[in-house]
Amino acid sequence: MDAKLVNPFIKATLTVLETMAFIKANPKKPFIKKNTIATGDISSIIGLSGETKGTISVSFESKCILSIVSNMFGEEIKELNEEVMDAAGEIANMISGQARQELEAAGKVLYAAIPTVISGKSHTISHMTSAPIMAVPFNTEFGEFTIEVCFED
Amino acid sequence: MPLDFNMTVLVVDDFLTMRRILKNILKQVGYSKLHEAEDGAQALDILKSGDPKIDLVIADWNMPKMTGIELLKAIRADAELKDLPVIMVTAEAQKSRVLEAVQAGVSNYIVKPFTAETVKTKLEQVFK
Repeated sequence: MDAKLVNPFIKATLTVLETMAFIKANPKKPFIKKNTIATGDISSIIGLSGETKGTISVSFESKCILSIVSNMFGEEIKELNEEVMDAAGEIANMISGQARQELEAAGKVLYAAIPTVISGKSHTISHMTSAPIMAVPFNTEFGEFTIEVCFED
Repeated sequence: MPLDFNMTVLVVDDFLTMRRILKNILKQVGYSKLHEAEDGAQALDILKSGDPKIDLVIADWNMPKMTGIELLKAIRADAELKDLPVIMVTAEAQKSRVLEAVQAGVSNYIVKPFTAETVKTKLEQVFK
């Protein structure tokens, strides 16, 4: 997988969280993820197709997604309920849209499917292809989350 | 022309998160008569029933049953509804998408993610 494909997703993640939730996230060093165990408690996954095929996911620690959604809604959300699951899907949707806009400008047109959201301790994230999974952890003042990007080439 | 906060606004999105965020922003801007629909088909039913009478539609693009662009085309093809302002809010920022919406007669286009200020500016552009 071309490592450059990850950069638009990192930028999009920062923009989405800052614009919609007023939260500044700091990306840490990307790494190749060897297993399918989610790093967070709630994950949203989107399949992408077009000039290449792949999957992106965003996996949040509970306290992190609760703070993000509380900021998005302008009221405190205390538990991982259906609204938080919905919001996690919409966040992944926006990250995918923003990143695809930049990829299109670079000549790579991709189409997105509807996000799937999974929750629970140590759930698994199955990517669409067997290509290496590039993971980028982020920290915020409210906890951590990780994006994973996996493309065929 | 200043914004008319007496208008009744229909927010159409399959994600309750986005309906909630948009309704919060619209309230912040000054609107209070807010209604919502989960997809284009539900929105069209409300619009055709005339109850309540909707003055502005803010719709997502990707939705099940009837998409935002299909809703827009149905509105523009209906003699009673054709002049209704429709703003599309979408994560799809590709040029081809924007062009398709413009050709279908969209009143304005908001790309996610957005700020409250962006929504207000886009509304002002529609009703200037």
